[in-house]
Amino acid sequence: MTKPILIFGYGNLSRGDDALAPLLLEHLEDKIDLTEIEILTDFQLQVEHALDLEDRQLVLFADAAVNCKTAFNFNELHAEKDKSYTTHAMSPAAVLQVYQSIKKQQPPPCFLLSIQGISFELGEDISQQAQQNLQQAIQFTEQLLNHRELTFWNQQIQPTL
Amino acid sequence: MYENLETAESPENLKRVVIDPVSRVEGHGKVTLLLDENNKVKQARLHIVEFRGFERFIQGRPYWELPVLVQRLCGICPVSHHLAAAKAIDQLVGVDPENLPPTADKLRRLLHFGQILQSHALHFFHLSSPDLLFGFESDISKRNVIAVLNEFPDIGLQGVKLRKYGQEVIRMVSGKRIHGTGAIAGGMNKSLTKAERDYLLEDIDQIIEWSAGAAALIKQVHCSNLPYYDNFATIPTSYLGLTKGNGALEFYHGGIRAKDANGGTIMDHIDYCQYNDYIHEEVRSWTYMKFPYLTALGQDKGWYRVGPLARINNCDSIDTPLAEQARVEFKLHGAGAMVHSTLAFHWARLIETLHCAESIKNLLNDPDIMGSDLVAQGERRFEGIGVIEAPRGTLFHHYQVDENDIVTKANLIVSTTSNNMAMNESVRQVAAEYLSGQELTEPLLNNLEVAIRAYDPCLSCATHAVGKMPLQLELVDAEGKLIDKLIKHNDGQIERSPK
Repeated sequence: MTKPILIFGYGNLSRGDDALAPLLLEHLEDKIDLTEIEILTDFQLQVEHALDLEDRQLVLFADAAVNCKTAFNFNELHAEKDKSYTTHAMSPAAVLQVYQSIKKQQPPPCFLLSIQGISFELGEDISQQAQQNLQQAIQFTEQLLNHRELTFWNQQIQPTL
Repeated sequence: MYENLETAESPENLKRVVIDPVSRVEGHGKVTLLLDENNKVKQARLHIVEFRGFERFIQGRPYWELPVLVQRLCGICPVSHHLAAAKAIDQLVGVDPENLPPTADKLRRLLHFGQILQSHALHFFHLSSPDLLFGFESDISKRNVIAVLNEFPDIGLQGVKLRKYGQEVIRMVSGKRIHGTGAIAGGMNKSLTKAERDYLLEDIDQIIEWSAGAAALIKQVHCSNLPYYDNFATIPTSYLGLTKGNGALEFYHGGIRAKDANGGTIMDHIDYCQYNDYIHEEVRSWTYMKFPYLTALGQDKGWYRVGPLARINNCDSIDTPLAEQARVEFKLHGAGAMVHSTLAFHWARLIETLHCAESIKNLLNDPDIMGSDLVAQGERRFEGIGVIEAPRGTLFHHYQVDENDIVTKANLIVSTTSNNMAMNESVRQVAAEYLSGQELTEPLLNNLEVAIRAYDPCLSCATHAVGKMPLQLELVDAEGKLIDKLIKHNDGQIERSPK
């Protein structure tokens, strides 16, 4: 039985702040009741992840973002043919576009939590600033998961990056 | 061959064109062309523009961390690094491949087949099928997987589902899609449950059927325009890879075989632990990527190709019936000789995909796959070498450790590095045969990328770097004045910049 809520974090634990989303998921796995929530992770997004969106009520993508001006940013995602599908690492909007192409229907409501990262070198630890950003993102995500309603999530949307 | 185009005699007097980076490959590479006043290509190079030492990343860590740690070197083929490292640390605990418990050996093979299946599916359906189905010089707005999903929905969906199935194999064997700890020193940490086995068996016949369909499709595409497919970026080379003892196709464990361009044996059944006696790596000043070569043939003539084309050319047979039939058809196409067409990489890749699908079914039906004897032990050693055939070719992991189990030395030769010289030669062939003397356009330049893409290179892996994907193409005249500039932004938009 597919769980109604999906949290999909992507990044590499050994590339400095790229670990932000996987670390967020590790925290949630320990702290949150996962009866209705599925947590998935990968290094980067790809076409087949469109199939992970099937039969969901709410989806949260989480990623480290170098262009995030604040500690984190929360926004709704829309399917978009943004050309990232020409690479090995797709954007979440392009994954939604693949879902739409395959299923011939709108994807479930999907949101993106971007957590500000600064340094992404192989073998580096997460930076001090990113640690602080992660703490704020964790609090925010816990709040989201305590209110698993589209209306509430929509109310949390922040200005675009 | 086109070695004469590696270094021009008077580069300061030539126009310079840069494709930076090459798209639909992993990592950051760029191509530079130097042209004379008549747009004749005088120099062509594929460069790697970033460098990070991943040997440094590994040294100083305890050896038992390696199978998990090295997965993080590459977001594209983490399982390949996982298994190569596992084979190396098996030796550190005194376990040679033949002493691995049958269940552990078969679980690793299952994991590996799942990895190759999903990697090859991604490359063909997602990254290459747009070129192959719509044409190399078709409108750029069409050369993407969304267009494939829209215009060839069945093919597009099969690609997505093949990829997903391979990921599910990985998840069932290692417990997770990524960061799994399937392989450990001397074996595996879990077996496959009956429920997991049955879950994977549910779809395997469909996966085999789709894989067979893809192999038939690529043969049809290749043969529909034989002069073009057989000549494009084609270079006669030597080939290197692992084979079974009987010469059959092998991905997980075997001896090293190398054949020359005429099919003659250079070496066979070589124990890969002796690889240092047979392969050296040359450094060149203009690129971070090394140039491996066979010492028996020397630096100039010893370069070789690895990966699907090398494996299918090198092997004498395949031990699954549908893939063997496809291999025989492939060899018939080459009239029994070595097939040197670079675009035949795609054909060979899909024969391997079919072999993976058939092999997964065989392993799932093998009772050993649910066995409980998972780990072997032996006498402690201080050096371990693991070699496997990764999706892109032969992958070497070599470690030395001290008395405290800390890695003191690490050497990795990744498949894309082995293909470095060949990719450069293919670029030169395309530059000389298709671009030289012409006004350069984006579709024309895509031909260069098509040649590189056929190798499915992982440039991040090969250079130990994480890449970004902006593209910039500059045309500069003999006096150094900017004549034309094309910019391909990170989001893929193309813009012609004011001169």
